Amino acid sequence: MSRASPNAATKISSFVLMMIFLVLALSLTALILATTVFGQGNEVVAGYLLLIGFLGVALSTYVLFQTRRRILRLRIVAPSITTTIECKKCSFKSVREFQRGDYIFKEVEPCQKCNDKMLITAISREVKEKERVPP
Amino acid sequence: MIAVMASLQNQIAQEPLGEYSWILTVIFYAFFFIFMFYGQRIQMYVMIREVEGSLYKLKYMKDEGRKIAIETIKEIGKPQTDPTGRVDRFLEYFTISPQSLDPAGVVWKLEHILDVRDIRFKDEVKLMAPSADETQINNLENTLEVASTLNYIYKVIRHFYLLGKKTLSLYVIMQIQMILPLIMREAEAYASALKAFSYGQPIGDGAGALVAAKLMHGHEIRKIPKDNVVASVPIEGRTAYVIKAEGPGGNVGKTGDAVKTIIDENEGKIATIIMIDAAMKLEGEEVGEVAEGIGAAIGGPGVDQFKIEESILKYRIPINAVIIKEDIGDNVSPMRKEIFDGVDKAIERIKQVILERTKEGDKVIIVGVGNSIGIGQ
Repeated sequence: MSRASPNAATKISSFVLMMIFLVLALSLTALILATTVFGQGNEVVAGYLLLIGFLGVALSTYVLFQTRRRILRLRIVAPSITTTIECKKCSFKSVREFQRGDYIFKEVEPCQKCNDKMLITAISREVKEKERVPP
Repeated sequence: MIAVMASLQNQIAQEPLGEYSWILTVIFYAFFFIFMFYGQRIQMYVMIREVEGSLYKLKYMKDEGRKIAIETIKEIGKPQTDPTGRVDRFLEYFTISPQSLDPAGVVWKLEHILDVRDIRFKDEVKLMAPSADETQINNLENTLEVASTLNYIYKVIRHFYLLGKKTLSLYVIMQIQMILPLIMREAEAYASALKAFSYGQPIGDGAGALVAAKLMHGHEIRKIPKDNVVASVPIEGRTAYVIKAEGPGGNVGKTGDAVKTIIDENEGKIATIIMIDAAMKLEGEEVGEVAEGIGAAIGGPGVDQFKIEESILKYRIPINAVIIKEDIGDNVSPMRKEIFDGVDKAIERIKQVILERTKEGDKVIIVGVGNSIGIGQ
């Protein structure tokens, strides 16, 4: 069993980061150089530098966002779970966040309205899905 | 900017490659030959990279599983010593299924192996978490089983990944790459189940158990073998024996034994059996949809299904099934609201089956199949 840090998979390699920022820096230099060269009247070289600069910026930004997206995708998102509590006598209903120890049909705190025993009647999570109509 | 673009355009128009056109030709031929001779290898590297990406995710999931299991044991069980070593050992446990060259009696052999495994797991958890009560032990056992499954999935994928890299065989890496999306869906479902099990939240698989719990709530309940409860509930003028695994701890019970006990107690005088379980939906079907059919609706290794079928065959008892449809991801993750709503629809369907298939005064058995985690009675 590996004893590596549990979040080793979520770390961005410092080498990759260094390379991304190096390319970004070089691309920005190319863009600045392009304006200087254009000022000197060498339009062709300026054009090439501009092209290289834009491509470099686009590429490094894309790789940086992709790396970040990969890490975000790795995270396990805990869904929000709600507990519904109902009063058997007066049907008073309250909904709260799930707490450890909750279970369906557990008797909990007395009713705010009639002071009778309240019961957990539902523990569920709501999933918001995009509406897709299958053919 | 516009001036530069115009200048470049003019140059290209005037000299459409000119004396450098051979460079393009060389590049074209180079690409042609590279892809002709190394195309398959390039394709393989792309596949390896894809599997590697998923492997990272699986590693993260199994590490999280291990971390959550250890944290929960420390929090609930309050052990005197560090449980990490014992947890790591638990994650590596395996079960060898019985030999089936001579299939006669294999069910009983399998049942014995599963019993031994269950006792062993429970004993291990008790040692890891001495302060945990029975419900918490069941939940911890489920948490550890999920962590163990994630560990196993990771190891299998890593095995094929490394084997593919070592042998550079397209077919080794291809077979894992093709089923990877399905494996990842399953792994993601287990990863989201970790918290549910450690907190004791009801999961999608418990839909059947919830149906039974709703029917039996408020009636006298007694325990029956093994890890099950039963209540005698009057429904539409009939007597219904409602069975479910004992909750609220993570427990599926031995449904086959429970059904046999009730049938034997009533000397086979049962008008019908209705089994309710969560079932895998097909893509395009709605979560929480209720469907009705015939047969023993129960999953698992098959021991309980075999026992139920044996019992009903002896007395020729008709068996009906009501299923609540859900996704593979919903099965082990906290119960969705749609499934919860499906439970009420299933109860209506059960009442309809009872009215249509039995007479007043008859006895029926209603079995709510599934994990009772987070579901009392």
